[in-house]
Amino acid sequence: MGMIIFLVILIAAWQGFYWIGVDVLGLWKPYAVPEPAGVAKRFVELCSDGTLFEATFNSLMRGIVGYVIAVIIGIAVGLLINHFKYLQKNLKPVVLGVQTLPSVCWVPFSILWFGLSTNAILFVVIMGSAFSISISVDNAIKNIQPIYTKAALTMGATKKQMYINVIFPASLPELVSGLKQGWSFAWRALMSGEVMTTSIGLGQTLIMGRDLADINQVMLVMVVIVAVGIIIDKCIFSVIEKRILKKRGLA
Amino acid sequence: MALVLKGLKKHFENSEKATLNEIDLEIESGEFVCIVGASGCGKSTLLNLVAGLEKPTGGQILLDGEEVNGPGADRTVMFQEHGLFPWLNVIENVKFGMKLAGVPKEEQEKKAMHYLEMVHLQDYKDYPIHQISGGMRQRTALARALTMDSKVLLMDEPFSALDKQTSNRLREELQRIWMETKKTILFITHSVEEAVYLGDRVVALSPDTGRIASIISIDIPRPRHVYSPEFVELRHQIMEQVRGEAV
Repeated sequence: MGMIIFLVILIAAWQGFYWIGVDVLGLWKPYAVPEPAGVAKRFVELCSDGTLFEATFNSLMRGIVGYVIAVIIGIAVGLLINHFKYLQKNLKPVVLGVQTLPSVCWVPFSILWFGLSTNAILFVVIMGSAFSISISVDNAIKNIQPIYTKAALTMGATKKQMYINVIFPASLPELVSGLKQGWSFAWRALMSGEVMTTSIGLGQTLIMGRDLADINQVMLVMVVIVAVGIIIDKCIFSVIEKRILKKRGLA
Repeated sequence: MALVLKGLKKHFENSEKATLNEIDLEIESGEFVCIVGASGCGKSTLLNLVAGLEKPTGGQILLDGEEVNGPGADRTVMFQEHGLFPWLNVIENVKFGMKLAGVPKEEQEKKAMHYLEMVHLQDYKDYPIHQISGGMRQRTALARALTMDSKVLLMDEPFSALDKQTSNRLREELQRIWMETKKTILFITHSVEEAVYLGDRVVALSPDTGRIASIISIDIPRPRHVYSPEFVELRHQIMEQVRGEAV
Protein backbone atom coordinates (compact mmCIF):
# COMPACT_ATOMS: atom_id res chain seq x y z
CA MET A 1 0.00 0.00 0.00
CA GLY A 2 2.76 2.42 1.02
CA MET A 3 4.49 1.47 -2.21
CA ILE A 4 1.43 2.42 -4.29
CA ILE A 5 1.15 5.81 -2.59
CA PHE A 6 4.84 6.38 -3.26
CA LEU A 7 4.38 5.53 -6.95
CA VAL A 8 1.38 7.86 -7.23
CA ILE A 9 3.42 10.67 -5.70
CA LEU A 10 6.29 9.90 -8.06
CA ILE A 11 4.02 10.01 -11.12
CA ALA A 12 2.35 13.20 -9.91
CA ALA A 13 5.77 14.82 -9.46
CA TRP A 14 6.78 13.67 -12.93
CA GLN A 15 3.59 15.22 -14.40
CA GLY A 16 4.27 18.39 -12.42
CA PHE A 17 7.81 18.67 -13.76
CA TYR A 18 6.49 18.15 -17.29
CA TRP A 19 3.98 20.97 -16.93
CA ILE A 20 6.47 23.38 -15.48
CA GLY A 21 9.39 22.43 -17.71
CA VAL A 22 7.58 21.97 -21.01
CA ASP A 23 4.23 23.80 -20.90
CA VAL A 24 4.92 26.76 -18.60
CA LEU A 25 8.62 27.58 -18.98
CA GLY A 26 9.27 25.89 -22.31
CA LEU A 27 12.69 24.68 -21.12
CA TRP A 28 12.43 21.27 -22.76
CA LYS A 29 11.14 20.16 -26.15
CA PRO A 30 7.91 18.13 -25.83
CA TYR A 31 9.25 15.41 -28.18
CA ALA A 32 12.21 14.79 -25.86
CA VAL A 33 10.34 14.42 -22.56
CA PRO A 34 7.65 11.85 -21.89
CA GLU A 35 4.61 12.77 -19.86
CA PRO A 36 2.50 10.42 -17.69
CA ALA A 37 -0.74 11.37 -19.41
CA GLY A 38 0.85 10.74 -22.82
CA VAL A 39 2.29 7.41 -21.71
CA ALA A 40 -1.11 6.37 -20.39
CA LYS A 41 -2.76 7.39 -23.66
CA ARG A 42 -0.22 5.39 -25.65
CA PHE A 43 -0.77 2.47 -23.28
CA VAL A 44 -4.51 2.45 -24.02
CA GLU A 45 -3.89 2.75 -27.77
CA LEU A 46 -1.28 -0.01 -27.94
CA CYS A 47 -3.44 -2.24 -25.78
CA SER A 48 -6.57 -1.77 -27.85
CA ASP A 49 -4.86 -2.65 -31.14
CA GLY A 50 -3.16 -5.63 -29.48
CA THR A 51 0.39 -4.46 -30.26
CA LEU A 52 1.52 -4.28 -26.68
CA PHE A 53 0.15 -7.68 -25.76
CA GLU A 54 1.72 -9.32 -28.81
CA ALA A 55 5.05 -7.62 -28.21
CA THR A 56 5.11 -8.60 -24.52
CA PHE A 57 4.04 -12.15 -25.27
CA ASN A 58 6.68 -12.58 -28.00
CA SER A 59 9.43 -11.13 -25.85
CA LEU A 60 8.44 -13.26 -22.90
CA MET A 61 8.42 -16.42 -25.02
CA ARG A 62 11.83 -15.64 -26.50
CA GLY A 63 13.11 -14.78 -23.05
CA ILE A 64 11.87 -18.06 -21.61
CA VAL A 65 13.18 -20.23 -24.46
CA GLY A 66 16.57 -18.51 -24.41
CA TYR A 67 16.70 -18.69 -20.63
CA VAL A 68 15.85 -22.39 -20.49
CA ILE A 69 18.64 -23.16 -22.98
CA ALA A 70 20.98 -20.90 -21.00
CA VAL A 71 20.09 -22.77 -17.78
CA ILE A 72 20.87 -26.14 -19.37
CA ILE A 73 24.18 -24.96 -20.81
CA GLY A 74 25.00 -22.94 -17.72
CA ILE A 75 24.43 -25.81 -15.30
CA ALA A 76 26.35 -28.25 -17.50
CA VAL A 77 29.36 -25.93 -17.78
CA GLY A 78 29.11 -25.11 -14.08
CA LEU A 79 29.16 -28.79 -13.10
CA LEU A 80 32.12 -29.50 -15.39
CA ILE A 81 34.07 -26.56 -14.01
CA ASN A 82 33.30 -27.69 -10.51
CA HIS A 83 34.12 -31.33 -11.08
CA PHE A 84 37.37 -31.20 -13.06
CA LYS A 85 40.30 -29.49 -11.40
CA TYR A 86 41.85 -28.73 -14.77
CA LEU A 87 38.76 -26.83 -15.92
CA GLN A 88 38.43 -25.14 -12.55
CA LYS A 89 41.93 -23.79 -12.93
CA ASN A 90 41.87 -22.93 -16.61
CA LEU A 91 38.34 -22.58 -17.92
CA LYS A 92 36.77 -20.81 -14.95
CA PRO A 93 38.78 -17.59 -15.36
CA VAL A 94 37.73 -17.51 -19.02
CA VAL A 95 34.08 -18.02 -18.12
CA LEU A 96 34.35 -15.34 -15.46
CA GLY A 97 35.87 -12.98 -18.00
CA VAL A 98 33.29 -13.68 -20.68
CA GLN A 99 30.54 -13.24 -18.12
CA THR A 100 31.59 -9.62 -17.57
CA LEU A 101 30.99 -8.81 -21.25
CA PRO A 102 27.85 -6.72 -21.74
CA SER A 103 25.46 -8.87 -23.76
CA VAL A 104 25.23 -6.27 -26.53
CA CYS A 105 28.81 -7.23 -27.46
CA TRP A 106 27.43 -10.49 -28.83
CA VAL A 107 25.14 -8.72 -31.30
CA PRO A 108 27.63 -8.48 -34.22
CA PHE A 109 28.38 -12.21 -34.03
CA SER A 110 24.75 -13.14 -33.71
CA ILE A 111 23.78 -11.15 -36.84
CA LEU A 112 26.67 -12.61 -38.85
CA TRP A 113 25.82 -16.14 -37.85
CA PHE A 114 22.03 -16.12 -37.64
CA GLY A 115 20.90 -13.07 -39.65
CA LEU A 116 18.12 -10.84 -38.37
CA SER A 117 16.18 -13.78 -36.94
CA THR A 118 14.76 -14.99 -33.65
CA ASN A 119 17.75 -17.30 -33.39
CA ALA A 120 20.04 -14.28 -33.36
CA ILE A 121 18.11 -12.91 -30.39
CA LEU A 122 18.21 -16.25 -28.60
CA PHE A 123 21.96 -16.41 -29.14
CA VAL A 124 22.42 -13.06 -27.40
CA VAL A 125 20.16 -14.16 -24.53
CA ILE A 126 22.06 -17.42 -24.06
CA MET A 127 25.49 -15.81 -24.18
CA GLY A 128 24.26 -13.09 -21.85
CA SER A 129 23.09 -15.38 -19.07
CA ALA A 130 24.54 -18.91 -19.36
CA PHE A 131 27.93 -18.06 -17.90
CA SER A 132 26.61 -16.21 -14.89
CA ILE A 133 24.63 -19.38 -14.15
CA SER A 134 27.79 -21.51 -14.53
CA ILE A 135 29.62 -19.37 -12.01
CA SER A 136 26.68 -19.57 -9.60
CA VAL A 137 26.53 -23.36 -9.89
CA ASP A 138 30.23 -23.68 -9.18
CA ASN A 139 30.03 -21.33 -6.19
CA ALA A 140 26.87 -22.95 -4.84
CA ILE A 141 28.54 -26.35 -4.79
CA LYS A 142 31.73 -24.99 -3.27
CA ASN A 143 29.80 -23.38 -0.45
CA ILE A 144 28.19 -26.62 0.69
CA GLN A 145 29.16 -27.37 4.28
CA PRO A 146 31.76 -30.15 4.12
CA ILE A 147 30.03 -32.07 6.91
CA TYR A 148 27.13 -32.95 4.59
CA THR A 149 29.36 -34.65 2.05
CA LYS A 150 31.49 -36.22 4.79
CA ALA A 151 28.43 -37.65 6.52
CA ALA A 152 27.13 -39.05 3.23
CA LEU A 153 30.53 -40.58 2.42
CA THR A 154 30.59 -42.45 5.71
CA MET A 155 27.12 -43.74 4.89
CA GLY A 156 28.43 -45.23 1.67
CA ALA A 157 27.30 -42.63 -0.90
CA THR A 158 28.50 -43.22 -4.45
CA LYS A 159 29.41 -40.25 -6.65
CA LYS A 160 26.03 -40.31 -8.35
CA GLN A 161 24.15 -40.59 -5.05
CA MET A 162 26.25 -37.75 -3.70
CA TYR A 163 25.15 -35.45 -6.52
CA ILE A 164 21.48 -36.41 -6.34
CA ASN A 165 21.01 -36.75 -2.58
CA VAL A 166 23.45 -34.26 -1.14
CA ILE A 167 25.06 -31.80 -3.55
CA PHE A 168 21.84 -30.88 -5.36
CA PRO A 169 19.62 -30.31 -2.30
CA ALA A 170 22.41 -28.74 -0.26
CA SER A 171 23.23 -26.18 -2.93
CA LEU A 172 19.59 -25.52 -3.85
CA PRO A 173 19.09 -22.20 -2.02
CA GLU A 174 22.17 -20.66 -3.60
CA LEU A 175 21.37 -22.32 -6.92
CA VAL A 176 17.95 -20.65 -7.05
CA SER A 177 19.55 -17.26 -6.33
CA GLY A 178 21.94 -17.92 -9.19
CA LEU A 179 19.08 -18.86 -11.50
CA LYS A 180 17.23 -15.71 -10.50
CA GLN A 181 20.25 -13.61 -11.35
CA GLY A 182 20.59 -15.56 -14.60
CA TRP A 183 17.02 -14.61 -15.49
CA SER A 184 17.67 -10.92 -14.96
CA PHE A 185 20.73 -11.20 -17.21
CA ALA A 186 18.66 -13.05 -19.81
CA TRP A 187 15.91 -10.46 -19.74
CA ARG A 188 18.38 -7.61 -20.24
CA ALA A 189 20.21 -9.46 -22.99
CA LEU A 190 16.88 -10.08 -24.69
CA MET A 191 16.35 -6.35 -25.04
CA SER A 192 19.84 -5.89 -26.51
CA GLY A 193 18.95 -8.56 -29.04
CA GLU A 194 15.46 -7.33 -29.81
CA VAL A 195 16.33 -3.73 -30.57
CA MET A 196 18.36 -4.87 -33.56
CA THR A 197 15.72 -6.99 -35.30
CA THR A 198 12.38 -6.25 -36.88
CA SER A 199 10.44 -9.18 -35.41
CA ILE A 200 7.69 -8.00 -33.08
CA GLY A 201 8.71 -7.70 -29.46
CA LEU A 202 9.20 -5.14 -26.70
CA GLY A 203 12.67 -4.15 -27.89
CA GLN A 204 11.43 -3.60 -31.41
CA THR A 205 8.40 -1.62 -30.15
CA LEU A 206 10.77 0.59 -28.22
CA ILE A 207 12.92 1.25 -31.29
CA MET A 208 9.75 1.87 -33.34
CA GLY A 209 8.83 4.56 -30.81
CA ARG A 210 12.21 6.17 -31.35
CA ASP A 211 11.83 5.99 -35.14
CA LEU A 212 8.41 7.63 -34.92
CA ALA A 213 9.79 10.27 -32.54
CA ASP A 214 7.18 9.05 -30.04
CA ILE A 215 8.95 9.44 -26.71
CA ASN A 216 5.85 8.36 -24.80
CA GLN A 217 5.93 4.99 -26.55
CA VAL A 218 9.61 4.60 -25.68
CA MET A 219 8.83 5.35 -22.06
CA LEU A 220 5.83 3.03 -22.05
CA VAL A 221 7.89 0.10 -23.33
CA MET A 222 10.57 0.80 -20.73
CA VAL A 223 7.94 0.68 -18.01
CA VAL A 224 6.57 -2.60 -19.36
CA ILE A 225 10.08 -4.13 -19.48
CA VAL A 226 10.66 -3.19 -15.86
CA ALA A 227 7.21 -4.42 -14.84
CA VAL A 228 7.68 -7.83 -16.49
CA GLY A 229 11.11 -8.15 -14.87
CA ILE A 230 9.69 -7.37 -11.43
CA ILE A 231 6.67 -9.64 -11.83
CA ILE A 232 8.80 -12.67 -12.84
CA ASP A 233 11.22 -11.99 -10.00
CA LYS A 234 8.55 -11.57 -7.31
CA CYS A 235 6.02 -14.12 -8.47
CA ILE A 236 8.37 -16.95 -9.40
CA PHE A 237 11.91 -16.74 -8.09
CA SER A 238 11.29 -14.99 -4.79
CA VAL A 239 8.42 -17.35 -4.00
CA ILE A 240 10.58 -20.42 -4.63
CA GLU A 241 13.47 -18.93 -2.68
CA LYS A 242 11.31 -18.15 0.33
CA ARG A 243 9.72 -21.58 0.31
CA ILE A 244 13.10 -23.33 0.32
CA LEU A 245 14.52 -21.14 3.06
CA LYS A 246 11.39 -21.48 5.18
CA LYS A 247 11.46 -25.25 4.93
CA ARG A 248 15.02 -25.23 6.26
CA GLY A 249 14.30 -22.71 8.97
CA LEU A 250 16.52 -20.07 7.39
CA ALA A 251 13.88 -17.44 6.75
CA MET B 1 39.36 -58.67 15.95
CA ALA B 2 36.98 -56.31 14.23
CA LEU B 3 39.29 -53.38 13.81
CA VAL B 4 43.07 -53.50 13.82
CA LEU B 5 45.40 -50.50 13.62
CA LYS B 6 48.98 -51.45 12.81
CA GLY B 7 51.82 -48.94 13.14
CA LEU B 8 49.45 -46.20 12.05
CA LYS B 9 51.10 -42.89 11.32
CA LYS B 10 49.88 -39.52 10.12
CA HIS B 11 52.19 -36.67 9.36
CA PHE B 12 50.58 -33.57 7.88
CA GLU B 13 52.72 -31.83 5.29
CA ASN B 14 52.69 -28.47 6.98
CA SER B 15 53.51 -29.68 10.50
CA GLU B 16 56.91 -30.36 11.98
CA LYS B 17 56.15 -33.59 13.80
CA ALA B 18 53.83 -36.48 13.17
CA THR B 19 50.32 -36.02 14.57
CA LEU B 20 49.98 -39.74 15.08
CA ASN B 21 52.86 -42.13 15.46
CA GLU B 22 53.08 -45.91 15.63
CA ILE B 23 49.50 -46.41 16.75
CA ASP B 24 48.83 -50.09 17.44
CA LEU B 25 45.35 -50.96 18.59
CA GLU B 26 43.04 -53.93 18.29
CA ILE B 27 39.35 -53.57 18.87
CA GLU B 28 37.16 -56.60 19.34
CA SER B 29 33.73 -57.03 17.91
CA GLY B 30 31.17 -55.61 20.33
CA GLU B 31 33.75 -53.62 22.22
CA PHE B 32 33.35 -50.00 23.28
CA VAL B 33 36.70 -48.21 23.05
CA CYS B 34 37.20 -44.59 24.03
CA ILE B 35 40.09 -42.47 22.85
CA VAL B 36 40.94 -39.58 25.16
CA GLY B 37 43.46 -36.82 24.96
CA ALA B 38 43.85 -33.09 25.14
CA SER B 39 42.84 -31.05 22.14
CA GLY B 40 45.40 -31.24 19.39
CA CYS B 41 46.56 -34.73 20.33
CA GLY B 42 45.34 -36.18 17.06
CA LYS B 43 42.30 -38.06 18.33
CA SER B 44 40.03 -36.66 15.64
CA THR B 45 42.70 -37.38 13.05
CA LEU B 46 42.69 -40.97 14.24
CA LEU B 47 38.95 -41.17 13.71
CA ASN B 48 39.21 -39.59 10.26
CA LEU B 49 41.82 -42.16 9.29
CA VAL B 50 39.64 -45.05 10.41
CA ALA B 51 36.65 -43.45 8.66
CA GLY B 52 38.74 -43.22 5.49
CA LEU B 53 38.22 -39.47 5.24
CA GLU B 54 41.97 -39.03 5.46
CA LYS B 55 44.81 -41.22 4.28
CA PRO B 56 47.51 -42.42 6.69
CA THR B 57 51.17 -41.60 6.00
CA GLY B 58 52.14 -45.06 7.18
CA GLY B 59 50.80 -48.24 8.73
CA GLN B 60 47.59 -50.09 8.14
CA ILE B 61 43.96 -50.15 9.16
CA LEU B 62 42.26 -53.53 8.89
CA LEU B 63 38.54 -54.06 9.26
CA ASP B 64 37.67 -57.76 9.55
CA GLY B 65 41.03 -58.47 7.96
CA GLU B 66 40.51 -56.17 4.97
CA GLU B 67 42.49 -53.01 4.51
CA VAL B 68 40.51 -49.79 4.80
CA ASN B 69 40.73 -47.70 1.68
CA GLY B 70 38.47 -44.66 1.65
CA PRO B 71 35.19 -44.02 3.44
CA GLY B 72 32.37 -46.56 3.57
CA ALA B 73 29.09 -47.50 5.20
CA ASP B 74 30.80 -50.16 7.32
CA ARG B 75 32.36 -47.31 9.34
CA THR B 76 29.61 -44.74 9.85
CA VAL B 77 30.60 -41.61 11.72
CA MET B 78 28.55 -39.65 14.21
CA PHE B 79 29.99 -36.15 14.21
CA GLN B 80 30.27 -33.49 16.87
CA GLU B 81 28.07 -31.24 14.76
CA HIS B 82 25.15 -33.48 13.96
CA GLY B 83 25.64 -33.56 10.18
CA LEU B 84 21.92 -33.96 9.57
CA PHE B 85 20.48 -32.66 6.32
CA PRO B 86 18.28 -29.59 6.84
CA TRP B 87 16.21 -30.31 3.73
CA LEU B 88 14.97 -33.58 5.25
CA ASN B 89 12.85 -34.08 8.35
CA VAL B 90 13.80 -36.29 11.30
CA ILE B 91 12.72 -39.66 9.94
CA GLU B 92 13.95 -38.90 6.42
CA ASN B 93 17.34 -38.16 7.92
CA VAL B 94 17.30 -41.43 9.83
CA LYS B 95 16.44 -43.32 6.64
CA PHE B 96 19.13 -41.59 4.56
CA GLY B 97 21.83 -44.23 4.81
CA MET B 98 19.37 -47.07 4.25
CA LYS B 99 18.05 -45.27 1.17
CA LEU B 100 21.59 -45.07 -0.23
CA ALA B 101 22.04 -48.77 0.45
CA GLY B 102 18.82 -49.57 -1.40
CA VAL B 103 17.00 -51.04 1.59
CA PRO B 104 13.30 -51.72 0.71
CA LYS B 105 11.00 -48.89 1.78
CA GLU B 106 8.99 -50.92 4.28
CA GLU B 107 12.12 -52.09 6.01
CA GLN B 108 13.46 -48.53 6.06
CA GLU B 109 10.30 -47.39 7.81
CA LYS B 110 10.36 -50.25 10.31
CA LYS B 111 14.00 -49.87 11.18
CA ALA B 112 13.85 -46.09 11.34
CA MET B 113 10.91 -46.26 13.76
CA HIS B 114 12.68 -48.92 15.82
CA TYR B 115 15.73 -46.72 16.36
CA LEU B 116 13.69 -43.52 16.75
CA GLU B 117 11.87 -45.25 19.59
CA MET B 118 15.20 -46.31 21.03
CA VAL B 119 16.30 -42.64 21.19
CA HIS B 120 12.78 -41.51 22.27
CA LEU B 121 12.07 -39.45 19.18
CA GLN B 122 9.15 -41.37 17.70
CA ASP B 123 6.82 -38.43 18.34
CA TYR B 124 9.11 -36.04 16.53
CA LYS B 125 9.62 -38.09 13.39
CA ASP B 126 8.03 -35.53 11.06
CA TYR B 127 9.70 -32.48 12.57
CA PRO B 128 12.04 -30.40 10.46
CA ILE B 129 15.60 -30.38 11.80
CA HIS B 130 15.57 -26.67 12.62
CA GLN B 131 12.64 -27.14 14.98
CA ILE B 132 14.26 -29.64 17.31
CA SER B 133 16.84 -28.98 20.03
CA GLY B 134 20.56 -29.70 19.84
CA GLY B 135 20.15 -32.78 22.00
CA MET B 136 17.36 -34.11 19.79
CA ARG B 137 19.51 -33.53 16.73
CA GLN B 138 22.25 -35.68 18.22
CA ARG B 139 19.67 -38.35 19.05
CA THR B 140 18.54 -38.25 15.43
CA ALA B 141 22.14 -38.55 14.30
CA LEU B 142 22.59 -41.49 16.69
CA ALA B 143 19.47 -43.21 15.33
CA ARG B 144 20.73 -42.65 11.80
CA ALA B 145 24.12 -44.12 12.67
CA LEU B 146 22.51 -47.16 14.32
CA THR B 147 20.41 -47.98 11.24
CA MET B 148 23.60 -48.43 9.22
CA ASP B 149 24.57 -51.66 11.02
CA SER B 150 28.18 -50.67 10.52
CA LYS B 151 30.92 -53.02 11.57
CA VAL B 152 32.31 -50.18 13.64
CA LEU B 153 30.50 -47.05 14.74
CA LEU B 154 32.79 -44.05 14.92
CA MET B 155 31.83 -41.23 17.26
CA ASP B 156 33.70 -37.96 17.13
CA GLU B 157 32.93 -36.12 20.39
CA PRO B 158 29.23 -36.48 19.68
CA PHE B 159 28.06 -34.85 22.91
CA SER B 160 30.66 -32.15 23.42
CA ALA B 161 28.76 -29.38 21.66
CA LEU B 162 25.77 -29.88 23.99
CA ASP B 163 25.14 -28.38 27.40
CA LYS B 164 26.35 -30.44 30.34
CA GLN B 165 22.92 -31.70 31.37
CA THR B 166 21.91 -32.84 27.89
CA SER B 167 25.31 -34.34 27.33
CA ASN B 168 25.09 -36.38 30.56
CA ARG B 169 21.62 -37.54 29.70
CA LEU B 170 22.70 -38.64 26.24
CA ARG B 171 25.69 -40.59 27.45
CA GLU B 172 23.43 -42.45 29.88
CA GLU B 173 21.22 -43.33 26.95
CA LEU B 174 24.17 -44.33 24.83
CA GLN B 175 25.26 -46.68 27.60
CA ARG B 176 21.79 -48.23 27.65
CA ILE B 177 21.64 -48.47 23.85
CA TRP B 178 25.07 -50.05 23.72
CA MET B 179 24.01 -52.61 26.32
CA GLU B 180 20.99 -53.42 24.12
CA THR B 181 22.73 -53.49 20.75
CA LYS B 182 26.36 -54.42 21.52
CA LYS B 183 27.66 -52.41 18.61
CA THR B 184 31.39 -52.03 18.15
CA ILE B 185 32.12 -48.40 18.95
CA LEU B 186 35.20 -46.23 18.68
CA PHE B 187 34.44 -43.11 20.68
CA ILE B 188 36.54 -39.97 20.69
CA THR B 189 36.30 -37.59 23.62
CA HIS B 190 38.33 -35.03 25.53
CA SER B 191 36.47 -35.92 28.72
CA VAL B 192 38.06 -38.59 30.89
CA GLU B 193 34.83 -38.92 32.80
CA GLU B 194 32.89 -39.65 29.64
CA ALA B 195 35.52 -42.17 28.52
CA VAL B 196 35.52 -44.01 31.84
CA TYR B 197 31.74 -43.96 31.95
CA LEU B 198 31.28 -45.44 28.48
CA GLY B 199 34.29 -47.47 27.52
CA ASP B 200 35.40 -51.06 27.99
CA ARG B 201 38.85 -49.66 27.44
CA VAL B 202 40.20 -46.15 27.52
CA VAL B 203 43.06 -45.29 25.20
CA ALA B 204 44.98 -42.17 26.16
CA LEU B 205 46.90 -40.39 23.41
CA SER B 206 49.93 -38.27 24.11
CA PRO B 207 49.97 -34.96 22.29
CA ASP B 208 53.77 -34.70 22.41
CA THR B 209 54.67 -37.92 20.71
CA GLY B 210 51.45 -38.72 18.91
CA ARG B 211 51.65 -42.18 20.41
CA ILE B 212 49.36 -44.16 22.65
CA ALA B 213 50.34 -43.21 26.20
CA SER B 214 48.34 -45.90 27.95
CA ILE B 215 45.45 -48.30 27.53
CA ILE B 216 43.30 -48.87 30.60
CA SER B 217 40.59 -51.51 30.93
CA ILE B 218 37.50 -50.33 32.77
CA ASP B 219 36.11 -53.26 34.68
CA ILE B 220 33.27 -51.47 36.44
CA PRO B 221 30.05 -53.37 35.63
CA ARG B 222 27.31 -51.58 33.70
CA PRO B 223 25.08 -49.68 34.18
CA ARG B 224 27.73 -47.41 35.63
CA HIS B 225 27.09 -44.44 37.86
CA VAL B 226 29.36 -41.43 37.98
CA TYR B 227 28.95 -41.07 41.76
CA SER B 228 29.85 -44.64 42.70
CA PRO B 229 33.10 -44.80 44.70
CA GLU B 230 34.85 -47.14 42.28
CA PHE B 231 33.99 -44.86 39.37
CA VAL B 232 35.24 -41.75 41.14
CA GLU B 233 38.41 -43.56 42.11
CA LEU B 234 39.16 -44.83 38.62
CA ARG B 235 38.30 -41.53 36.98
CA HIS B 236 40.67 -39.74 39.33
CA GLN B 237 43.42 -42.25 38.68
CA ILE B 238 43.13 -41.98 34.91
CA MET B 239 42.85 -38.23 34.99
CA GLU B 240 46.12 -38.03 36.91
CA GLN B 241 47.70 -40.37 34.45
CA VAL B 242 46.49 -38.48 31.37
CA ARG B 243 47.37 -35.15 32.91
CA GLY B 244 50.83 -36.38 33.83
CA GLU B 245 51.44 -37.51 30.29
CA ALA B 246 50.01 -34.40 28.74
CA VAL B 247 52.37 -32.11 30.62
